[in-house]
Amino acid sequence: MSIRVIKEKCIGCKLCVPVCPTSAITIVDKKAVIDLDKCTLCGACPSSCKFKAIEIINEDVQAVDKSQYKNIWVFAEQYENNVHPVAIELLGEGRKLANELKVELCTVLLGDSSVEKEAKDLIAYGADKVYVAIAPELKHYTTLPYTTVISNMIKQHKPEIVLFGATTTGRDLASRIAARINAGLTADCTGLAIDKETKLLQQTRPAFGGNIMATIICKNHRPQMSTVRPKVFKKAEPDRSKKGEVIKVPVKIDQKDLLVKVVDIIKDTSVKINLAEAEIIVSGGRGIQAPENFKLIEELAEVIGGAVGASRATVDAGWISSHHQVGQTGKTVCPKLYIAVGISGAIQHLAGMQSSDIIVAINKDPDAPIFKVATYGIVGDLFEIVPKLTRKLKEVRG
Amino acid sequence: MNIIVCIKQVPGTTQVKINPETNTLIREGVEAIINPFDENAIEAALQLRDKHGGKVTVITMGPPQAANALKDAIALGVDDVVLVSDRAFAGADTWATSYTLASTIRKIGQFDLIICGKQAIDGDTAQVGPGVAEFLGIPQVTFAVGIEVNNGMLKVNRLLEETNEIIELKMPAMLTVVKQINTPRMPSFKGKIKAKSAIITQWNAKDINAEENKIGLKGSPTSVVRIFTPPPKGGGELLHGSADEMIDTLVKKLRDRKVC
Repeated sequence: MSIRVIKEKCIGCKLCVPVCPTSAITIVDKKAVIDLDKCTLCGACPSSCKFKAIEIINEDVQAVDKSQYKNIWVFAEQYENNVHPVAIELLGEGRKLANELKVELCTVLLGDSSVEKEAKDLIAYGADKVYVAIAPELKHYTTLPYTTVISNMIKQHKPEIVLFGATTTGRDLASRIAARINAGLTADCTGLAIDKETKLLQQTRPAFGGNIMATIICKNHRPQMSTVRPKVFKKAEPDRSKKGEVIKVPVKIDQKDLLVKVVDIIKDTSVKINLAEAEIIVSGGRGIQAPENFKLIEELAEVIGGAVGASRATVDAGWISSHHQVGQTGKTVCPKLYIAVGISGAIQHLAGMQSSDIIVAINKDPDAPIFKVATYGIVGDLFEIVPKLTRKLKEVRG
Repeated sequence: MNIIVCIKQVPGTTQVKINPETNTLIREGVEAIINPFDENAIEAALQLRDKHGGKVTVITMGPPQAANALKDAIALGVDDVVLVSDRAFAGADTWATSYTLASTIRKIGQFDLIICGKQAIDGDTAQVGPGVAEFLGIPQVTFAVGIEVNNGMLKVNRLLEETNEIIELKMPAMLTVVKQINTPRMPSFKGKIKAKSAIITQWNAKDINAEENKIGLKGSPTSVVRIFTPPPKGGGELLHGSADEMIDTLVKKLRDRKVC
């Protein structure tokens, strides 16, 4: 396993130099030279080279028998017997992938006996098969029982692709399963496609806080697994006449997996709409000056049915709970509309919200970086603008 | 109580900028730092040690210059550090990284607790902590915002989307921590002096008995095929006029685009 510069092809154009995350490339005598002590074989430079002068040499790895693996699975995450919206989004996207590969779309549902009724809905949303695993111990998500049950199902039925929502549960679970069954896992994807020639799943995801995008494949291991960011894909449309099969999976809970106990769940009453699921988010930053001024944000959010977000500065100051925090430290969101009020737009905040469809920024500082990503910017005093905007919206929405 | 903290050296992203001409990341002059979430992991470990006694060992997998991150950890007051570094580790994805760190921890031997940051700010995957736990066959609690230890039992407050879970489990275990759990301390003067003269233990693939086909690019199920900069968000528009005029324009535009 190594990397090399093909000297005959390299023209010393330096395109690869700034691309390298570890500054391993220098130009010596008009040829790129890679410092192997610094290089991490990340793959950034071969794709930057217009002359195909850099190649990563990968010896052939013993592949699993890929022909045994087929069908696409979606993990139907549920909380208190409600299937998470991201699972419906994944069924929408999964359908397209399944049609392209001409395979079945299946879903995996775990819970106690009251969850079974959700299976019908999952069929309406596009699943050809629903694998249902029922046990009292599966009512509430905990890592180990879920990992064991799903890993065993994957080993038995051999799906070629397994998709999870990139929620706290999905990311906790998928990581553990991938390590257990030696599968490739790509985190927090925002794009999925099937390569026309190789039929491999191309998984595209942001890295470095969204500054760059990477497309990742899983060549020799199966299944190909991804966690997918909520709200990236459109929800599947339900078709109540659609037929599907519900398959009950026998469950054996390993007592060793029950050593982790959820003893309490504390609800945060200040959260009215979950940020990651919200179509509209109104966020407040340091510019609102005092905790009581979050009322302005809440009122605006309420009028347009939005969730309340916050910058790190306001959470750190104790003005609002951390469930509201948007950004690298908090949540990554991509609503249809994001209104940033009194937020300057530090890069960590931008990383958490810049993929929103429409961004409105209200800030008194015309040089605030938030205006660089804003679709519509208003330079002005938020204490004047926000109440007026709330009133106006109330008026036009009746 | 023996605690092992896994850290990663990352470029300080606050300084990462895009060159508008070539559309690539500007790396020159970007310093390498301890992944910020891993600083919280170190702080959590130090607080537990200070309260319950024991030892904190910090490990990292990376190129030789990752030793600097370990020196920073020594300056913060950790007891021991190990750098696992080998050309054969290059190109590791989260699976191979988890395997390598788990092999390192096996070589270290007895431990009660492993703490990692919730994710690294360059890759943002949050996959390595759970991977390490799986390879070691111990339970995990991710996204911890509070940790208490009582008679060998852990009580962990877990930060979820809308709620917090209180979880109890026995050690040994692996936890990942979120930023909100604590404020990392600054290095002490004494610590800095100690870091300066510290000799960093370095292990290679052989030292940790890693199987050749489970490390580096070869041991990685996933590989990157393309890296690109996302298309710039086009057409930002600054609204003009009095407050009322700007609001009217904004509301009209939002209504036209049917978002509210």
